[in-house]
Amino acid sequence: MHPMGAAFVWWWSRILGHPKRLNIKRFTTAHLMSSPLTSSTQHLPDSWQTEVAMRTSDGDALLATLELDLDSTLRFSRGLILLSERSLQAREGEDGAWQRWDLRAGLALQHHDHAGIGTLELMDSSSGAPVRLATWRYTLEQNVAALRLIEKFDKQLEGVVNGRPQEAEEVVACPTCKALLEPGQEECPICTRELQTPPSTWTLFRLWRFARPYRWQLLAGFLLTLASTGATLIPPYLTMPLMDEVLIPFQNGKPMNWSLAGMYMAGLLGAAAVAWVLGWIRTYILARVSERIGRDLRTTTYRHLMGLSLEYFGGKRTGDLIARIGNETDRINIFLSLDLLNFATDVLMITMTAVILFSINPWLALVTLLPLPIIGWMIHFVREKLRTGFERIDRVWAEVTNVLADTIPGIRVVKAFAQEKREADRFLEANQRNLAMNDRLNKTWSVFTPTVTLLTEIGLLVVWVFGIWQIAQGDSTVGVLTAFLAYIGRFYTRLDSMSRIVSATQRAASSTKRIFDILDHISSVPEPARPRPLPQVTGQISLRDVGFRYGNRSVIRNLDLDIQPGEMIGLVGHSGSGKSTLVNLICRFYDVTQGSVKIDGVDIRSVAIADYRRNVGLVLQEPFLFFGTIAENIAYGKPDATREEIVAAARAAHAHEFILRLPQGYDSLVGERGQGLSGGERQRISIARALLINPRILILDEATSAVDTETEKEIQKALDNLVLGRTTIAIAHRLSTLRKADRLVVMDRGEIVEIGNHDALMAREGHYYRLYQAQQRTHAELADGDAA
Amino acid sequence: MSTFSLTRNPAGRLVCTLADGTVHANTTPVRAFPLAAPDEGLALMSQEGHEIAWIARLSDLDAANRAMIEEELAGREFMPEIQRITDVSSFATPSTWSVQTSRGPTALVLKGEEDIRRLPDNGLLIADRHGVLYLIPDRKAMDRHSRKILERFL
Ligand SMILES: Nc1ncnc2c1ncn2[C@@H]1O[C@H](COP(=O)(O)OP(=O)(O)OP(=O)(O)O)[C@@H](O)[C@H]1O
Ligand SMILES: [Mg+2]
Repeated sequence: MHPMGAAFVWWWSRILGHPKRLNIKRFTTAHLMSSPLTSSTQHLPDSWQTEVAMRTSDGDALLATLELDLDSTLRFSRGLILLSERSLQAREGEDGAWQRWDLRAGLALQHHDHAGIGTLELMDSSSGAPVRLATWRYTLEQNVAALRLIEKFDKQLEGVVNGRPQEAEEVVACPTCKALLEPGQEECPICTRELQTPPSTWTLFRLWRFARPYRWQLLAGFLLTLASTGATLIPPYLTMPLMDEVLIPFQNGKPMNWSLAGMYMAGLLGAAAVAWVLGWIRTYILARVSERIGRDLRTTTYRHLMGLSLEYFGGKRTGDLIARIGNETDRINIFLSLDLLNFATDVLMITMTAVILFSINPWLALVTLLPLPIIGWMIHFVREKLRTGFERIDRVWAEVTNVLADTIPGIRVVKAFAQEKREADRFLEANQRNLAMNDRLNKTWSVFTPTVTLLTEIGLLVVWVFGIWQIAQGDSTVGVLTAFLAYIGRFYTRLDSMSRIVSATQRAASSTKRIFDILDHISSVPEPARPRPLPQVTGQISLRDVGFRYGNRSVIRNLDLDIQPGEMIGLVGHSGSGKSTLVNLICRFYDVTQGSVKIDGVDIRSVAIADYRRNVGLVLQEPFLFFGTIAENIAYGKPDATREEIVAAARAAHAHEFILRLPQGYDSLVGERGQGLSGGERQRISIARALLINPRILILDEATSAVDTETEKEIQKALDNLVLGRTTIAIAHRLSTLRKADRLVVMDRGEIVEIGNHDALMAREGHYYRLYQAQQRTHAELADGDAA
Repeated sequence: MSTFSLTRNPAGRLVCTLADGTVHANTTPVRAFPLAAPDEGLALMSQEGHEIAWIARLSDLDAANRAMIEEELAGREFMPEIQRITDVSSFATPSTWSVQTSRGPTALVLKGEEDIRRLPDNGLLIADRHGVLYLIPDRKAMDRHSRKILERFL
């Protein structure tokens, strides 16, 4: 990229508020020597550029920079660290003093992070025990730059100490994920994620996407509405001649004109009939469209939701999601198919009525339209209040659903601790909040409609007064006044319904926002743009420099592991040491924050997720069974499996016999969460499920921890079938279950501390030895206790 | 009466010597209830992540140890208090907030409304995109402008 180009990108990213993209440049030291201000400074703001230029020189070119956003007392302020060929320089704050350390043996940069802030320390161990020379702080936004700085620092220091120049960088790897980049590629395709931009405030227009497939029906509905409302405008028009040409002349002594009267009557009847038929068709069409839009909205949202990562579900509450997909889509489709159309017809109808009124009697018409601006002003006034109000009501409603979604699955715990009353109170409390919110909003809302009605009444009064005056003056007739009064009734009904659209729109807008919150969410485990095909895998897994954090909690650090095809790995370590997390990374439930996971040499982030997962079988400690038959549950990962396959899988999982003992065999229904089966039985079903898809990679996360020894033996036998010829990663607390493992990997606080087979690890007398001893002791104590 | 003494070694780490003479280099103090009761219940954790001492109340400590612990905590704890919300980029998330905090002005990116956690007494805890936590001790005590903005997210 041309330097100007890079500056441009930087400028744009600032303007648009996008997170800084990684800008990886391919350069050599020679390149750097000639122009100290190249790629490393491109992402720096101009204010730093001159500083940097002053502090580097031709023989001391700039290698890397790190912008600090905190000072050592943890206040927000801008600072800078620069690494040049011969020194490390740093400054805290915009006008702090520069400090400088020449690169020499014994220096080291260390970093760690805690609770969202990173700490970088410069240590000096040239005189024995390490001495801290300086400490810098930054928020994790700068973490990538910090890692890059450390990497460059280590390399440069090695060069300086060993007296040979740093070799030109030939292979370029992404600093975050270590994936090698293709020549000419500047941004790591894996790390460049969709940018997070807030949805526009014009969210409602985005609903067009859902209305579009039904645009012809909607248009038809619109025309029909228009026509049927037009038909309702005919009767008042007919009352005018009815008065002036039939009734009043009769009153004045002329004979009754029956034929004319009959014609007008027929006209009135005809108009009513037409309005009825049109209204019927319209309602039918719109109701159909409404249901269809609702279905599309719900299914699209749900499909998108299914594609989101576990991280998303971890942060959301079930009740909230149910409320969004359940109620709020409904509100939107009613808005789209009814309210919006009504609004459009209202506007047209009001215009049409106004035109008719003006054509009959302009002065009277003017008086009639008097309340309009007042209503317009009122609408403007309540709109904002209503919108925020509805948004909050939605959230409170989600809260109500949340209580339900929390409590009902946990009902056993609630009962066990006799907390029924508290849960009922909690529900009451949520409902109370919902009530309070509604009450508050209704206060605004309730005054609105009656006010419109009041204005209508006043308007009528004014028309009466003005009309009588005009008739008295001889400027108007009784017929005109009657027609006006009839029109006005319709006119204000329209205004009233138009004012209702205010609340409907605001309600729909807030629902739309919450639906698009889901739809706009980009999975943190994204599908690659151009997925690489994944041929038949052998099951070779390699983890390279893997780091992972849940939010700001660093859970896995610098982990390297190679697993051969067909190998069985036993993963052991204390509770909380990151075993399940590692499994989550290998399954790609989460993406690594650093480093890479490769299968057969292919980064798992570059293949389609479904392609990859097809190769992974997972048995969890808490097996989840869906509502359905046992056969369906076993065939969950391969719905088209034949009955023979299902039975074979169940046999291999040692589940066949107990299934046959059930009254309906494989057709027995298992309830939600697998109620009605014991823990061990559920476990064996989930093993059968994993077996059926015949995966190359098998992951067992404490598959046998919750069962008695007898069942464990059964399951163990089932597992022995399962692991044959597959790459297996098994986690177990009972070390004895891992006796078949080729290698044991011992983890401690997110790092691998030992690797080897049982005998080798015992001989080392390290972590594993201690774990094993502790278990043996417990067993012995238990045995003693039993004997006594 | 404390049963340990703290010193700082040249590497900048806290060294804890227990009454029985065992020495733990690289200890870290952690608060058990950082939000609910910051000054009650602190633990000293060893490098291996085991508890080596429990301090029921910070005020029970002698001045020297207490200063050491407070200094160490000050360097680790980062929970700026939001004093004023100057501006937000949008009321839909993700939204960038310009805020005035007890640690100076800054901007934070709120990923979703669920990153705002409610605390007792109208308090709020806001996690930004990078996991930095911002505290609002009492949202009712903020100025009108900030309150109005906040309302939209609650
Ligand atoms: N979703 C999450 N969000 C935040 N932290 C998490 C999450 N899941 C796990 N952790 C933390 O990550 C660390 C490692 O957890 P992990 O589940 O990998 O442990 P483990 O080795 O499987 O433990 P166990 O043997 O008890 O199953 C723990 O400290 C845990 O608290
Ligand atoms: Mg686990």
